[in-house]
Amino acid sequence: MKPQTKQKIAFTCLGLAAVVVIIPVIVIFVILIDKGISAINWQFLSTMPRMGMRAGGIYPAIMGTVYLVSGTILVALPLGVLAAIYLVEYAKRNWWTRMIEIAIVNLAGVPSVVYGLFGMGFFVIFFKFGASILAGSLTLAIMILPVIITASKEALMSVPHSFREASLALGVSKWQTIRCVVLPNALPGILTGTILGISRAAGETAPILFTVAAFYLPRLPKSIFDQCMALPYHLYVLSTQVPNVKESLQYGTALVLVGMIFLLNLVAIIIRSHMRSKKQW
Amino acid sequence: MSRSDNTVKKFFEKIIEKIILLNGFACILFVILIFFFLAKDGLALFKVSSPIQFFFGLLWNPLAEPPQYGIVPLLLGSIMVTLGAIAISVPLGLACAIFIGEIAPRWMREILKAGVELLAAIPSIVIGFIGMTMLAPFVKNLFGLPTGLTALTGSIALAFMAIPTIVSIMEDAITAVPRTYKEGSLALGATHWQTIYRVTIPAASSGIVASIMLGIGRVIGETMAVMMITGNASVIPHSFLQPVRTMTATIAAEMGETVIGSDHYFALFAVGLVLFAITFVINFFADMALHQQKK
Amino acid sequence: MTLLANKECPVSEKTGEMKPVPDRANKITVEDVSILFGEVRALNHVSFSVKSNEILSVIGPANSGKTSFLRAMNRMNDLDIACRMTGSIRLNGQDIQKEMDAEDVRRKVTMVFALPLPLPMSIFDNVAYGPRRHGIKNKRKLAEIVEKSLKAAFLWDEVKDRLSSSGMKLSGGQQQRLCIARTLAVEPEVILYDEPCSGLDPISTAKVEDAMFELKKRYTQILVTNNVKQAARVGDRTAFFLTGELVEIGETGKIFTSPRDQRTQDYITGRFG
Repeated sequence: MKPQTKQKIAFTCLGLAAVVVIIPVIVIFVILIDKGISAINWQFLSTMPRMGMRAGGIYPAIMGTVYLVSGTILVALPLGVLAAIYLVEYAKRNWWTRMIEIAIVNLAGVPSVVYGLFGMGFFVIFFKFGASILAGSLTLAIMILPVIITASKEALMSVPHSFREASLALGVSKWQTIRCVVLPNALPGILTGTILGISRAAGETAPILFTVAAFYLPRLPKSIFDQCMALPYHLYVLSTQVPNVKESLQYGTALVLVGMIFLLNLVAIIIRSHMRSKKQW
Repeated sequence: MSRSDNTVKKFFEKIIEKIILLNGFACILFVILIFFFLAKDGLALFKVSSPIQFFFGLLWNPLAEPPQYGIVPLLLGSIMVTLGAIAISVPLGLACAIFIGEIAPRWMREILKAGVELLAAIPSIVIGFIGMTMLAPFVKNLFGLPTGLTALTGSIALAFMAIPTIVSIMEDAITAVPRTYKEGSLALGATHWQTIYRVTIPAASSGIVASIMLGIGRVIGETMAVMMITGNASVIPHSFLQPVRTMTATIAAEMGETVIGSDHYFALFAVGLVLFAITFVINFFADMALHQQKK
Repeated sequence: MTLLANKECPVSEKTGEMKPVPDRANKITVEDVSILFGEVRALNHVSFSVKSNEILSVIGPANSGKTSFLRAMNRMNDLDIACRMTGSIRLNGQDIQKEMDAEDVRRKVTMVFALPLPLPMSIFDNVAYGPRRHGIKNKRKLAEIVEKSLKAAFLWDEVKDRLSSSGMKLSGGQQQRLCIARTLAVEPEVILYDEPCSGLDPISTAKVEDAMFELKKRYTQILVTNNVKQAARVGDRTAFFLTGELVEIGETGKIFTSPRDQRTQDYITGRFG
């Protein structure tokens, strides 16, 4: 066979593989929208579930996810950004720094259900927070920490070294240089990474299973020590634990969850493209 | 600015620098804490059940009398689903990465990359839900099985969850191959395809290995989708067309029903510890491979 | 060469004016300074002094150690972990390594880099950056400082109507003068220039040099340059570095007309470098 013919066959196969990867994505979206859109109306989004979750809305689950996500940002963002600042601006190239990097890589690879176990053993039982928004947010925060650190590191490293020198040469201290020159210029990148991390936290189920999620709680949580419902867990419950649930209710919940996550991703994409167009260096 | 102002400012900055330092160390602390808390409760199992019974026991049945905590069926279940998922996702992912990185025109590349990112953003619970309602009936009818909730179904769903990880890292590795390598090959009269499989892929090999490792790590730790799709029968699997139960699904499904401090509770932590150890090793080697690639 | 001739007259005139300065005391004393990067020796046992209100030109071919020397003067070398320095540099009699902290040194001895480095902010904010960080909050005070600094750097007339536009939108020469203005705003005592005109056209270069003459009234300046003619135009005294050693230092006129060392002769007449 001529090499050119071989190449044609090979490229066709590769192209087909790419199509095979993309088609399920499209199919999933079409199915979700097709079967779920009919369930979505204002009432579905804004009322409590009724009749053992077989009717009514998913309001507490939506709000629960919002609370969890907010708590997660509050903890993970400062922790992650400061750790990234340490690694980029302060850490020396030695074995200790390499240890921290390996730790981050491994944190990123720990299975979500193991985070769930850890959250239960550490926050719920050891610190006696009980199954609560606090314990759930802290668990999710540690889970997305590597995402935020990695994104923040890249954003900090993309700020030209010369900016730091220009500031330091004026007798400005290192921390002020970081705060006034480096951070403002790295902020869009940090935000993009944070939002992507958050969107992952919003969709996770396993870490919240034993740390916060309530099976059926048709009211809003009263404090951070209260349990709450959450969208992903609610979808799990609706699809496996409750018999005879209307299909549209399940697909509607799935669609709302996916919709929320895509909204977050969209915000990240907008920030990223806005940053690229405004970038002066 | 007065002298005392200056001293206060410097003191303040010293404190901030100390806080930043602590945050860097926090990452190591978290890994140690995770390990410690898993080990604390996981190792407590061995007071009532010997490590041999745990690691070589062929039966996982916490409700039996006496309860059986043998990890073998769960481990085999995880390995089987993972192997299946990797067998599907690695060829597909590699092909997709080569197509995106080397062949596709610019507009198509953007669409494909967006599609892969979209796939990555779908939560595992939604994949599990779609797998349960759409994919399982399809597998059931295709093979004429009593149930569609099988290892194969789980492998297919997990393959699509691993593909974004695999594609993005492989594509990075492929595009990082210096242009001069490729041009050198093309200048000698090799076709584009020959260049890809003789030059580009070997040069990107450690990145490709890393992507496969991370894909395995992603799949073996996946919980919700597996729990919903694989049927959760804790028996030693013989075929891809029968239900299996993974380590992750066992923890997620049974933890809610155990009493804190019971043997069952400790057994689940022991499973978690095994899972942690496996992913730790996988990630460690994946990171080594990526470092190799950078050099 | 005509440019050189034209420029040399005002220099000597101005140095004439500067004579009344009381003592022309030693602003900076460099004693037996060596700089090592890892195993590589960048500067080898150099000693000399810089007088108040003079412009010292430092010339030498690539790798002669002149930039390392310049960065040692305001402890920018501290940022490179591989860099070690022995000997002492004294500013107003104080040892900058032992008796001052790096921030104080850099505030008194500021630096203008080879490439113009405006920060990604407005012209006003660029100049106000230093004073703000050093604790000046008052808006009127800041506006005063910005105006004064921009005027001193010969940039005010060109930018006074667009102070809020980005500093990165200026031309190369304007950017470099903005950087000079930015360093003036922290009220330094010494200004270091690291080949400040290497990326600029002759007209912009002339404007930067004009600014330097004007600044002699208040500041001590050290100019590292690859351009021998510029050294001759601007410097009161000139130092010639070669492979980490100070070959010769003296009145610019003398160095350029009757150097003591053959190597200096060779370099300034363009035989190498």
